Amino acid sequence: MAKGRVTIVVEHCKACGLCVEFCPSHVLALSSAFNSKGYHPPHVVHPENCSGCDLCGMYCPDFAIYATKVAPTEGGGK
Amino acid sequence: MSDSLVTEITNAGNPVDAILRTDRMPHIWCPGCGIGTTVNSFARALIDSKIDLGSLALVSGIGCTGRVAGYVKLDSFHTTHGRAIPFATGLKLANPNLNVVVYSGDGDLSAIGGNHLIHAARRNIDLKVICVNNLIYAMTGGQTAPTTPGHSITSTNPYGTFEPSFNLPHLVEAAGAVYVARWTTFHVRQLARSISEAFKKKGFSFIEVISPCPTLYQRRNKLGDALDTMKYYKEKSKVRNGSPTSEAGLTMTGEIIVGKFVDRDRPDYGTMMRAQYAEALGDEYVEQDQREQDRMEHDRTENDQPEMVCS
Repeated sequence: MAKGRVTIVVEHCKACGLCVEFCPSHVLALSSAFNSKGYHPPHVVHPENCSGCDLCGMYCPDFAIYATKVAPTEGGGK
Repeated sequence: MSDSLVTEITNAGNPVDAILRTDRMPHIWCPGCGIGTTVNSFARALIDSKIDLGSLALVSGIGCTGRVAGYVKLDSFHTTHGRAIPFATGLKLANPNLNVVVYSGDGDLSAIGGNHLIHAARRNIDLKVICVNNLIYAMTGGQTAPTTPGHSITSTNPYGTFEPSFNLPHLVEAAGAVYVARWTTFHVRQLARSISEAFKKKGFSFIEVISPCPTLYQRRNKLGDALDTMKYYKEKSKVRNGSPTSEAGLTMTGEIIVGKFVDRDRPDYGTMMRAQYAEALGDEYVEQDQREQDRMEHDRTENDQPEMVCS
């Protein structure tokens, strides 16, 4: 099970792609959908790989994404 | 923006929301601009080092980075161009218990405010200066700045810059700063750690952050977008802690030396001032904190007396 969970605030995203590029476990990809400003925000493609390291949150220049650690019981245990 | 989204932002618990004015987001910075990333590291450094946010003041000048003052939920000043350090000096001298952070760009700090930068470092005023260096004057349209590396195309040098540029860590080290570090926006964790370390130092701390300006610098020089620049930082930056700052000059596409260059101790401005007055005036010199305490003690005894009469 995943150790972390990513939350994306799609309306703040400007689609620079840093989170997609620098995610160490390749959880994200840019989606084909648009937000209201016309950017393609990222979406989660491999939720099971997320470690909750929050590197995406640290790189994001728009404060539009962050990851949180999931407690083992909450995430189903490992 | 839909109501459900607002609820998500306030309830979801982005760790940096405690430091940001989330009602002002999305911010004005361009897609891929590194300033947001530096604010992210700064906010995390504040949270991790458990600094009392009530005793913190953030001072910004003018420019893209100058907008930081408007986006943080701290006591913040958005000051006149180049004068972030003088405002911060005044704050620090008036209230020495404040942690004063100067958050500004390379144009604001090293060009218009260049004189203030070197003199604040010389006096060793207890300020934490974070300089976001995007190698250009970004807000005014991409003119050559004192930090623009040679051969770069800018709006004022369409055939390439020929002026020698400032090496900011070398400049502030020579002027007398006690803590000098340089990172890029790729080094987010190192930057957060450096900011935490600077808060523990007493004296003039200077942290330079190399940041992409995809709209004006990278685009004009055909260096790709923000993502390409971050890959360049990843590939070409070399961490050399303690390396001589004279070797840390920047070029357009060459190696970037990053790391903590200087970490030394020197008495700061307040300490030197008090020592000088104590030496010159002897017992006549009473420190302000002591005077304040005496006055409060005096007030308390005066307030106590009527109560005793009443009872």
